[in-house]
Amino acid sequence: MMKRKALDLWVGVFVAIGLGALLFLALKVGDLASYSTTETYLVMANFDNIGGLKKRAPVKSAGVVVGRVENIGFDTETYEATVALSIDKRYEFPRDTSAKILTAGLLGEQYVGLAAGGDTAKLKSGDKLKITQSAVVLENLISQFLFNKAAEGTKDGK
Amino acid sequence: MSGMTDFLENLGARVTGAVHRLGFASRFLLLTLRNSGLCFRRFSLVVREMYFAGVLSLIIILVSGLFVGMVLGLQGYDTLVRYGSSSALGVLVALSLVRELGPVVAGLLFASRAGSAITAEIGLMKVTEQLAAMEMMAVDPISRVIAPRFWAGVISMPLLAAMFSAMGVFGGYLVGVRMIGVDEGSFWSQMQAAVDFQEDILNGVIKSVVFGVAVSWIAVFEGYDAPPTAEGVSRATTRTVVTSSLTILALDFMLTAFMFRGD
Repeated sequence: MMKRKALDLWVGVFVAIGLGALLFLALKVGDLASYSTTETYLVMANFDNIGGLKKRAPVKSAGVVVGRVENIGFDTETYEATVALSIDKRYEFPRDTSAKILTAGLLGEQYVGLAAGGDTAKLKSGDKLKITQSAVVLENLISQFLFNKAAEGTKDGK
Repeated sequence: MSGMTDFLENLGARVTGAVHRLGFASRFLLLTLRNSGLCFRRFSLVVREMYFAGVLSLIIILVSGLFVGMVLGLQGYDTLVRYGSSSALGVLVALSLVRELGPVVAGLLFASRAGSAITAEIGLMKVTEQLAAMEMMAVDPISRVIAPRFWAGVISMPLLAAMFSAMGVFGGYLVGVRMIGVDEGSFWSQMQAAVDFQEDILNGVIKSVVFGVAVSWIAVFEGYDAPPTAEGVSRATTRTVVTSSLTILALDFMLTAFMFRGD
């Protein structure tokens, strides 16, 4: 029979290693520290079409992640998508900032790109972005292209 | 015709037997939970069992985690490099470990390392009539023997799964970054961008807690229910490993389907 003290010590070591592993997973692997502690403010934006945008997608400006997509809704009056963006308090944007839905790479995930305007007043929580640009839907592009080709064909035929 | 009736009779007996056993096991779990007061008032009982269930499983868990992570690093690199995205190796290693392999493989190892030992120990106590002797001395064997082992398993399992995942990520790092030469910065940063604390890590921990309850429950029940013979104990030990492995895999599917977001 092992002595009580040695046993307690080993179990203590075991629990400490286990908690250390959990902490490692949370901080180093999951990077918990980076986004849960920062304060954010909420900005709304309406889009005609959001394509494949999802909740928690990144909001980037000049390629830097400045926030996340908080929520996606549908406006039954204008039939537009309403996207709530939570933006890091450290980053302030002018009132006339415009939002675009972009795609990372050809097949990558979609994100919201912010382009700062020239207004001196800053965006506040609850403000709405006035200038927005929808996601590019591949099918629309192709049909537009085919339509143009067909139009060219009839012009040449005459 | 009589062959058919025999077959149906046999089938019916098996099903009622299984349902009967399941009911017995559930009542046994309730009884264990209700008699858990003692092992929280005298926590040293649980600590002692945690030494056998947790500390003695440390080596096998750490070594297996390291090797699983290293293999994931090699195989993942082999597949990812074909799509020119070997920098996503960290994501692949971390997500597969944290979400699936960590809880499941640690659970299977825990069942065969600690679960079988718990069953054999309780079964032998029954064979040598130690449990009956305790009752004679007005010591409740459930709260003195069963509950501490059950709770030790429930507490140890999530810790072991976390160690397995952490060790696996380290193994993937060793192979991917140190050996093959994937860029260290993108290995960690892509991993950190893709792994979500709530969706991935917390769900993995929930899985390991559920597996811990299942394995400990099966192990103490099989031991308590074992026929008091040498053969009975050996059979119960085998059943613990088989039943808990199957239970872990089935529960894992159910939990994954339940946590699956689909977007």
